[in-house]
Amino acid sequence: MVRVSHRLLGLGLAVGLVCRPASGADLKDLYFGEALYRAYQGQYFDALQRLDTELAQYHGLDEPGLDTLHYHINGAEFAVGDFELYYRMHHRAGRAIKAVLEGAVDEAVRNEAAFRLARIHFQKDQLDDALQALERIQGTVPEEIRDDVEFLRANIYMATNRPSEAVVVLQQLHSDASLAGFSAYNLGIALLQDGRAQEAIEQLDAAGQLPAGDPAGLAIRDKSNLVLGSILFESTSFERAQQSLDRVRLEGPFSNQALLRAGSAEVAAEHYDRALVPWSILVDREPTDAAVQEAMLAVPHAYASLNLNGRAALMYGRALELFSNQIERVDASIGSIREGRFLSALVREEIRQDENWVIRLRSLPDEPETYYLMELMASHDFQTALQNYLDLEDLRSRLIAWQTSLDAFSDLIRLRGQNYDPLLPGIDAQFRELDSRMHLRLEQRRHLGERLHAMLTAPRPDQLATADEQVAGNRLALIEKQLGDSQDPGSVALRRRVARLRGALTWRLETEYHERLTAAHVHLAELNAHVDALNRQYDAFVRARQAATHSYVGYDAQIDRLRQRVGDELQRVGLVMARQGHLIETVAINQLESRRERLVAQQTQARYAVADSYDRAARAQSGPEGR
Amino acid sequence: MAIGNRITNTLNAAPGRSFTHLCDRWARVRRQPHPTAARALVFAIVLCLGSAQGWTQQSDQQQMRGLDDEVQEIKSDVLRISAELNLLEEKLLYPSGTEVAVFVALAQGDAMRLDAVRLQIDGQLVAHYIYSAKELEALRKGGVQRIYVGNVATGDHKLEVLVDGKLDGGEDFSRSEQFAFRKEVKPKLVELTLAGPNAGNTPIVLGEW
Repeated sequence: MVRVSHRLLGLGLAVGLVCRPASGADLKDLYFGEALYRAYQGQYFDALQRLDTELAQYHGLDEPGLDTLHYHINGAEFAVGDFELYYRMHHRAGRAIKAVLEGAVDEAVRNEAAFRLARIHFQKDQLDDALQALERIQGTVPEEIRDDVEFLRANIYMATNRPSEAVVVLQQLHSDASLAGFSAYNLGIALLQDGRAQEAIEQLDAAGQLPAGDPAGLAIRDKSNLVLGSILFESTSFERAQQSLDRVRLEGPFSNQALLRAGSAEVAAEHYDRALVPWSILVDREPTDAAVQEAMLAVPHAYASLNLNGRAALMYGRALELFSNQIERVDASIGSIREGRFLSALVREEIRQDENWVIRLRSLPDEPETYYLMELMASHDFQTALQNYLDLEDLRSRLIAWQTSLDAFSDLIRLRGQNYDPLLPGIDAQFRELDSRMHLRLEQRRHLGERLHAMLTAPRPDQLATADEQVAGNRLALIEKQLGDSQDPGSVALRRRVARLRGALTWRLETEYHERLTAAHVHLAELNAHVDALNRQYDAFVRARQAATHSYVGYDAQIDRLRQRVGDELQRVGLVMARQGHLIETVAINQLESRRERLVAQQTQARYAVADSYDRAARAQSGPEGR
Repeated sequence: MAIGNRITNTLNAAPGRSFTHLCDRWARVRRQPHPTAARALVFAIVLCLGSAQGWTQQSDQQQMRGLDDEVQEIKSDVLRISAELNLLEEKLLYPSGTEVAVFVALAQGDAMRLDAVRLQIDGQLVAHYIYSAKELEALRKGGVQRIYVGNVATGDHKLEVLVDGKLDGGEDFSRSEQFAFRKEVKPKLVELTLAGPNAGNTPIVLGEW
């Protein structure tokens, strides 16, 4: 009972994608933006894959503060939890949000994380944990979740059979328009659960008259009126019940139920003619709907009560025909599911493009009549099972594609090997020769640089002599040596000439020293540009050479391991998918069989009733004569 | 949307409750006006109205939940494989020395309906993307699309961008721009922020990362 009420009272607990999008100019990390782009399209696997990689890289950095993700790290941590939640990975989502809770984050962020954790626990029926998570909320609560927190708290109280506490919370909740209808409805239910029936009726009456604009608000208002109508009916307040049921929209999701009950309320007050008004509307609606099928018997019953037995007999005949047709449809659906068409229809890509894909299944030829499964499909567990089946199918497709990718990678590596293996030894030999020549030249340049640098503090004009000057200097030295100390007049005259020439040479070297030193530095700087270009080219070559090796060496083990993992996972997915599919089929067939039993019972009832009505009509016709 | 779904999910009539049954039950209520009993029944009906839980046995539910746990484990494992494969693919196909990635974003609040983007790098067509409504919506919400990832040599390159779309009033909008970017040793990320001319934004803005 508690579980049932939990599900019911959890109405309206929105699970919106609340990660903080860093849009437009705010965005600092493109890959985070890409993850959001995927998530906004409902591609949560891709979003998670992107964001997981980004977060792993971020946390692995020595200085994460320098990474662009740092600007969005809180949003990213939240987003990953959101994506996991949407991808129905509650275990991981819970862990992700706990990590935010335990991290060094400010109060508002921690409170929001606690709220999200509580919401996950609530969805998983872990109500004590949900309450504990809510108790961690202290201090500043972000404005945008303040109402949601209290609404969730009330839901947990109601699910844990603490309606009086729920009433207190809901009475203090002044939620915005999006939540107002749900709060009002839940307050009515909480009062009812608390045994305050009169207050509950008043509250549901108020909830049933709240202004609403959006489909959700209108639907919950209808539901309030329907529930109130049922309660009033049970307490034999037929007129008030009727008023409440009349407020349910004719086109809303609760209209069939309301029409059925409205007619029943009139019948209970013995207003059979008035009961025919709502029921006559109902009988022309979707014949697979249970309320419509009820009405198919209710209408002739009302005619019979009005002594219009001929009319009743005709209507019972129509009901009989409808039940026979519907039994055939249900049988066909059961057969279709047994033949595996339900599951194969589920995984059709074009079906899943539509938000109402489950309903669209009906339009496919030879597919089961899913309208009979709508109630089943509305249940959380069955929806999860269906979604899991679809997710497994998606994973299966990915794994198969990855197997192909891994084969392609192996091919790529093999071809690269075939290309590079014969080329690289020759290139390496050529490179080694160029490398040694380059090192020699660089060493020379370094030496020149050192000498020039030394000349800044200890001038050495001779070292800046040109080649001709050096040759001339050497020849003068040779002549001086050849002349020796000879004192003959010719030698003395030659020595004077040599001295003059040396003097002229020294003069030139000394006087032009600064210019030459400057020119030497200019030339060295020019050489630097060439050396830099050479170094760049050298580095580029080394990178290209390394890239060539990295492009095909060292991947085999990793690819083999991945291939193994992909294969294992594919097998596992196949097994779980088969089990999941079988369970879905079994539950669906059980549901259809249950509907079939009901239809057969109704068919029998109609069969007897039609005969009875004809008898009564015949008796009525022959009555005056007989009398 | 979630709220809407929940409501729709609980609207269904519970099978097995017939008109006749309802009448019988109501008659019984009238015969037994005991307030506690009536209250209990009323509450049971309230629950019944919204409940869609009667469809399956407890064991089915347990099996489904058990399978759900297994599916969650599989998802975790496959995500891990996917992450490793992505890194492998990036290393093999787009080494950082040559990797260039181009991203597309929409200017915040811009109402242009982006139809297509065409990219040329150094005169070569590298991407021509036509946007679906879903993708456009994701961009408008602040998502960023990685439209192209490929390889270029280090050095200077030319990027030509052609944008087609429709403006608020329904008139066609087309704009092309040329940009220069420099590829260094590290991976090159280029962001293109697109906008219609009405918002006063520059139609195509290049951001380098």
